[in-house]
Amino acid sequence: MSDRTRSTTDGPASETPDTGPDTSSPFVRETAEGSQELASRRDTTPEELEREVGSVLRLPESHGVDVSDIDIEHPDDETMIINMGPQHPSTHGVLRLMMELDGETVLRTKPIIGYLHTGMEKTAEELTYQQGATNVTRMDYLSPLNNELVFSLATEKLLGIELPPRAIWIRMLLSELQRVSSHLMWLATNGMDVGSTTMMIFGFRERELVLGFFEKTTGLRMNHNFIRPGGTAADLPDGWEDDVEVILDNVTSRLADYDALLTGQPIFNERVEGVGPLTAAEAIALSATGPILRSTGVAWDLRRAMPYLAYDDVDFDVIIGTYGDNFDRYAIRINEIRESVRILWQVLDKMPPGDYRVQDKKLTPPPRARIDESMEALIHHFKIFTEGFKVPEGEVYVAIESPRGELGCYLVSNGSSKPFRMHIRAPSFVNLQSLPVMMHGGLVADAVATISSVDPVMGEVDR
Amino acid sequence: MTPDTAPVELSIPAVPRSTSIDGHDLLFPHRDVYHDVVAAHREAGYAMLADLTAVDYLGHPGRQLPDGVAPERFELVVMLLSLASGEVPHARRVRIRVQVPEDDAEVTSLWDLYRGAEAMEREAYDMYGITFRGHPDLTRILMPEDWEGHPLRKDFGVGRVPVQFREAPGPR
Repeated sequence: MSDRTRSTTDGPASETPDTGPDTSSPFVRETAEGSQELASRRDTTPEELEREVGSVLRLPESHGVDVSDIDIEHPDDETMIINMGPQHPSTHGVLRLMMELDGETVLRTKPIIGYLHTGMEKTAEELTYQQGATNVTRMDYLSPLNNELVFSLATEKLLGIELPPRAIWIRMLLSELQRVSSHLMWLATNGMDVGSTTMMIFGFRERELVLGFFEKTTGLRMNHNFIRPGGTAADLPDGWEDDVEVILDNVTSRLADYDALLTGQPIFNERVEGVGPLTAAEAIALSATGPILRSTGVAWDLRRAMPYLAYDDVDFDVIIGTYGDNFDRYAIRINEIRESVRILWQVLDKMPPGDYRVQDKKLTPPPRARIDESMEALIHHFKIFTEGFKVPEGEVYVAIESPRGELGCYLVSNGSSKPFRMHIRAPSFVNLQSLPVMMHGGLVADAVATISSVDPVMGEVDR
Repeated sequence: MTPDTAPVELSIPAVPRSTSIDGHDLLFPHRDVYHDVVAAHREAGYAMLADLTAVDYLGHPGRQLPDGVAPERFELVVMLLSLASGEVPHARRVRIRVQVPEDDAEVTSLWDLYRGAEAMEREAYDMYGITFRGHPDLTRILMPEDWEGHPLRKDFGVGRVPVQFREAPGPR
């Protein structure tokens, strides 16, 4: 623009120089750091081109672009790459997506993560096993109790200890309530993403019931640090049965409201049916677990396939879908709440009396009252909270079914009181890989609904 | 051990094996045959790569390994999972631990067998600096692109913000 202004003041407009650099661009072509403009497409080497168009955006080969099909001489400029996030309200945290669009159609997608990386696996090496649960509970902040559970199970496996039955059933109770609250949260955010703010309010309202119970039991609504190696931090509060019954009755009756609001509702169905499809083979190849894998028709649930805690002793169904689309993932989650409610009624019936933790004074701190009376108790208390307990050398991998899929903990001990290595196999991290496949060929308007149906929790993705 | 939970017999060279304390099969292939061992397991019905991670054993060299496996600084840990199909009739896990030397930390990528290895191998590369031959896009995944070093290595400092205690104002 500047030279046009100059030409009107300095001389006739028709007098344009035919030599010298092209000054039509207002930007400087050469800077101290080199050229600021894109090089010609034909300067791209085939290797680079493959990185650019082929596997880099992580699609299976069937979806990939054959490099020889690309016309380098006449580049196809119809696609564009747009950036979404990391600060987009519908990306569920700080997820950033690079999407290649052909008009309204999504071709390739590249999730870019790491914005929330805080080095929790490194931190875990600095914390004792006693403190470790406070760290892992902050990873998947929508189901913190499951993270504590998998860490505690791994530690207990290394220690080789058996828990009292009540501790196991308390863990089941909390784990299933957590699944209910996590899925309710998902229904809420998914409702928001597809435009149903009513569902958002409903989901948060019912989740609050569960969180209220957690607050009463553990002292906190989230990040409880309640399930610890050796059992739980405390027993259930008096009258917990009544509270849980209220929650179950409420959730059951309101699930019918959700069905009336969403399931079968034409607008909702248009948004989700057939959107973001995934086949079983793709899901398995991409290591997807949880509702994503089950939506493709694979009946894989670790609670059934490799039972932990006391899932052997309760009746429940593994919900599977058929088409692997967003509707199936919705239907699976809403029905898994029903199954969790079913498990919870059985837990209410079967909750055994007894101790809520291992009474091994080397592992669990003595009751507060004992510290005033017994020197022994004081010493144990001091040792546990300063040095921590020592865990025998070894390595172990434990996996549980979190609301998002297989949540695994790989723990290596060198015999000290701190883990030598703690790795969390985060289901959201792995499931995010199937997002490009789901979104391929869909509309950009459906991208938000598809991201939501993967249910990524960025705290867990980035750790 | 009942017959239907017996380890799968694979048509691969003998690989040192044992059983872990959590009851999973443990295999310790050399990194030259590691890809073949995983491929054979995939053929045998281990359809899913459940997890892939690494451990830096710097400062803890004396871990338990079967005879014939020389400990190295890094260990690549691969968890395979059978979804009760193929030749593995029951849900079953196998854990493959590969010794990776410090001066030549490179192994073959599993990406051609399991597409799900993509992000996991990038994480192992980002955190430990183990490179994967044949990986399509071996770049940092969690750390910033211009980050120097590999944070989960044992010789990578935790990093501290120096805390200065200023004299607190007294009560008067």
